[in-house]
Amino acid sequence: MTTTSATDPALDVEGLCVDLSTASGTVRAVDGVSFSVRRGRTLALLGESGCGKSMTALSVVGLLDPAAEVTGGAVRVRGEDTLRLSAAERRKLAGPVLSIVFQDALTALNPVQPVGRQIGEPFRIHRGLSRREAREKAIELMTRVGIPEPRQRAKSYPHQFSGGMRQRLLIAMAVALDPDVLIADEPTTALDVTVQAQIMRLLRDLQDERDMAVVLITHDLAVVAQRADDVAVMYAGTVVEQGTVREVFSAPRHPYTRGLLDSVPEDAERGQPLPAVPGSPPELSAVPSGCVFQARCPLVRERCVSERPVLRATGDARSAACHFSEELARD
Amino acid sequence: MTESRTTTAAPGAPAGENPPLLEVSGVTKSFGGGRRRLTALDGVDVRLGRGETLGLVGESGCGKSTLARVLLGLERPDAGTVRYDGVDPFALRGKELLNWRRRVQMVFQDPFASLNARMSAADLISEPWRTHPDVVPDAKAREKRIRELLSLVGLRDGDAHRYPNEFSGGQRQRIGIARALALDPDLIVCDEPVSALDLSVQAQVLNVLSELQSRLGVAYVFISHDLSVVRYIADRVTVMYLGKVIEHGETEDVFDRPQHPYTAALMSAAPVLDASRAAHDQEIQLKGEIPSPFDIPSGCRFRTRCWRAQDTCATEAPPLVVRPSEGAGDDHTALCHFPLEARSAWA
Repeated sequence: MTTTSATDPALDVEGLCVDLSTASGTVRAVDGVSFSVRRGRTLALLGESGCGKSMTALSVVGLLDPAAEVTGGAVRVRGEDTLRLSAAERRKLAGPVLSIVFQDALTALNPVQPVGRQIGEPFRIHRGLSRREAREKAIELMTRVGIPEPRQRAKSYPHQFSGGMRQRLLIAMAVALDPDVLIADEPTTALDVTVQAQIMRLLRDLQDERDMAVVLITHDLAVVAQRADDVAVMYAGTVVEQGTVREVFSAPRHPYTRGLLDSVPEDAERGQPLPAVPGSPPELSAVPSGCVFQARCPLVRERCVSERPVLRATGDARSAACHFSEELARD
Repeated sequence: MTESRTTTAAPGAPAGENPPLLEVSGVTKSFGGGRRRLTALDGVDVRLGRGETLGLVGESGCGKSTLARVLLGLERPDAGTVRYDGVDPFALRGKELLNWRRRVQMVFQDPFASLNARMSAADLISEPWRTHPDVVPDAKAREKRIRELLSLVGLRDGDAHRYPNEFSGGQRQRIGIARALALDPDLIVCDEPVSALDLSVQAQVLNVLSELQSRLGVAYVFISHDLSVVRYIADRVTVMYLGKVIEHGETEDVFDRPQHPYTAALMSAAPVLDASRAAHDQEIQLKGEIPSPFDIPSGCRFRTRCWRAQDTCATEAPPLVVRPSEGAGDDHTALCHFPLEARSAWA
């Protein structure tokens, strides 16, 4: 493996396409998604259910459901395209280079194995440590992620932990081998607000400590605002806008991003209607051939129906896929 | 709400002579017995006027869903009273009970699980009339009423004969709302009605709910973990923790000047979009997680996670602190030995 310099992206995804077989035929779930993230930075993949954000994450770590297939693009880590590697070669990357934290810790953990053994497993597989050494490593990690009385708790099973504690265990496992890139797929969605804040803080501390690149998959705009450096807004399988969170959120250049930001009731006056985006996202089997957002867009006109807009620069290091993004800039 | 009002120390002081639409006082509800006894509600007071919205906030296990079941008459409290217009629903029988049930309806969280997939939208909306035929007795009038209800929630006539799988999540939630409205209720208990919906659709459903309130004067108990949604929709907010109401007041008072440390922590923990606002508030990180409801801490139940806790908090039950509202309306109350003085105390 080649080493990378500090300025190279730790993860570089280019033109990723994923097809999904459904009962009614093959649909494109991810359509030409590109993004990259450097160590120490956090990129948020933001979107609503069915926009392809989780599918993108699963393609990157090679855990796609058999019904889905990567049909194009490249996923580069440490200078190699992981999509061209054999399954055995990819498994070597899983843990030391790329790892993932899932939303639902109860299904992600093995229910019939003590948690200490699960957390120690990466050390046995990748580093060939003995059972005893791996257990010590697991206890160290459990201490680090804030599990009280880790030595005793290592013998417990997942169902004996609270939701927040289970999420900590999952995070411990994901960072065990110091990955370059950590993908966090809605890591706090299932948790209570005060516990959410604790988990977010833990992820941030671990990221700083280990200089990881983090890809945060979320539907929560406020989490993005608080936690991410860069954002890629996804809609119907495509990235419709990307840039730094600060720029994109303060001056969106895609009508969908703007609609989402306006729908947040945070600053809304009680009794005043919220500016909602009409309609709902298209079914994957019925994504229109022109702009994916045309059916809900306030700026829509003929060109949007006939021609799919591509991502184009709307400023330094930001872009949007809209024929008329300049009109948003003027408001 | 009347303009001049007498201030009393009781939480949710009466605003007029007429009994409020809903008045719950001292409601306690336990499940199980012996060491496995779980007290889900412990002396809960709630008050709600016609056409108003009460936001019910708290984390899992705080008792908000049990309270919802009590309000719907599905769970009989062990102690305390529930009154609708002065009437105790748990004392009603037969026809009277049936008539009362018509007045309190519910909208569920999950629009995918709460609608029967084999019934069309029209069937779903008209199903409540099977139990309550008097509401719309005439078959022709029913057709018309179904169309009215569909249009009230922003659906089209043609949607009447479609089935749930043909609708998106937001549209299904609209059907759930239309179904709740079919009996002309005075109160709708909404249990996390928008949390299963995508953000862009959430706003649509919130708009439907507020529009219905101003047109029909229906009252809502709005249960949600999303503070920005509660702030937008509720007139008053009740915060619960482990079965107790720990803070109550007008929405502005509670959000701008929280008295209870738990409320302040909840607000600080919820991420906000506006980065400038986030920068002002120092984040309060609570210790640990909610204790098991089987083993509630002595004294103040929040003390195990509270950064202001002192010895008294473990030995004595916290007093009710009453502060008059900054605007008009309910007093701002909290259960705490060391309430926060003003925003500056924790920001």
